[in-house]
This record gives sequence, structure tokens and C-alpha cells, in this order.
Amino acid sequence: MSAAAELLDRLSTVRGIRGSALVSASDGLIVAESLMTGVDGRAVAALAASLVNRLRRATECAGRREPMFLQLHAAEGTVLAAPCGAELVLVAVAGPDANVGLARLEMFEVVGRLA
Amino acid sequence: MRAIEPWVKAPLERFLGESSARLTLLMTSSGQVVAQHGFTRSVDVMTAAALGAAIVASTQEIARLVGEPKFLSLVHQGSSQHVFLSGFETPRGRWIGLVVFDGESTVGLVQLFFDRLVAELVAAAPREAPAQRVLPENFERELNASLRALFGR
Repeated sequence: MSAAAELLDRLSTVRGIRGSALVSASDGLIVAESLMTGVDGRAVAALAASLVNRLRRATECAGRREPMFLQLHAAEGTVLAAPCGAELVLVAVAGPDANVGLARLEMFEVVGRLA
Repeated sequence: MRAIEPWVKAPLERFLGESSARLTLLMTSSGQVVAQHGFTRSVDVMTAAALGAAIVASTQEIARLVGEPKFLSLVHQGSSQHVFLSGFETPRGRWIGLVVFDGESTVGLVQLFFDRLVAELVAAAPREAPAQRVLPENFERELNASLRALFGR
């Protein structure tokens, strides 16, 4: 198992996390994943990478530095994303029962190890 | 966006809106154009269709050589613009999609929404028999009619 896959598996042990993926920022394709059945990883990867790229441009245009963390609340859970260097985006899909604070800390840990 | 077959318009419009593709061409496997978006000159459409169909045919032969039934898609990555090519089955026969996209989109997004486009086209395609084959004596008339439909002139 690759180092990235091991880190994603560890992230997926956080309560409520349904899965996580490391995505190529420039093409929106999955580099490594640890997703539960029922989560369309390919769609999450493509759309999350697109969102992070657009937010990156928005914050740059606003004279701010690139976003460090993205937290999207939905009716039945949360999508979390964190840029991991210029080339990668770490994405996690969480249910409504997730410990988002712990997930966020774990994601920063993964980003720090991979960046 | 222009389409020869009216039932192609709605799925293609959704694809264009979601994928942010710059240019899109739908054609039969022989290179006959079914719909186009973004091209302003008919000569460019005909050239892109012929080249796209030829590339897909070539890769099918490579697939055969390596023992793969067929490749699902092909991406040419450029420095700022990229080309996505994919052949797919419809009730009207085998079609090819050629999509040109830039930094406004990604290959992941194009692949994702192209798969949805294919599913919607298959669902929307009328089930009656496909149009008759174009005979040599009618070729020019058919070609001109197609170009008028695709470019509105």
C-alpha cells in the first residue's frame, strides 16, 4: 500500500468520514482513494478539484492567498477539501454524524505529510 | 450550438453548460457531423470531424493489436488546450464525441459530464430506423444541407 493510501485510510477512521481521496488539481482525476461504496469518487474528485481551483482564483483576485480549507455543509453531510501543494487536493466526504473538527485536523496532518 | 438532430440539443446544451468545453463536435464513426458547438467555419468542422474519426479508427486498431476490445476515450494534453475523444454506441449507431477544453475545465470534469451526455443521448434517441445511407449522387446536397443546419447559412 502506498503512503498516500495509508494516510487516506487513517483519515477514513475518523468518526463519520465516509471516505477520502487525493485528487490531481489540474485534471480532476483520482490519485489515491479510500471511499465507501455509494460515494461516486470520480464525480466527487472532478467537482471538488474544479471548486478548489475556482476558489483559488477567487481568493487570488481578492488579493488574498490561496484557500487552506474548504468546508461545504449539505443537507446530509459535509464535503471537506484542502489543497495539498499546487498539484493535489485532499477531499473527504463526511456524514451528518462526523466529527468535522477532528477530520479537519487529520486532513491538515495528511496535507503536511504529502506536501 | 447547432445540431442536425433536434433531440441532441438538450443533452448537448447541458453538457456544454456543465463541462465548460470550448468546442464540441458529435459525429458518426464515419465522420458525418451530427452537432457542433464553438466552431465558426464549416471547413474547421469538416476537418476536425474527419481527423477525429480517423484518430478513433486508428486507436481502435491499436486496441485490437494489444488485445483490448476498444479504448473508451483518448485525451490529447496540450499546454493550454486539450482534446478529449470518445466513441460510444447509440440507437443510431456508433458516434464519436470530440471536445476541446482549456483551463476553465479539467479532463475529470469533461469525462464525468461526457458520460452523462452519452447516457442522455442514448435515452433520448428515437428508436425508429436510422436515416438512409448517403448515396454518392446525393452527397453534395446532403453535405450542404448539413452545413446549413450546423451554421445557419
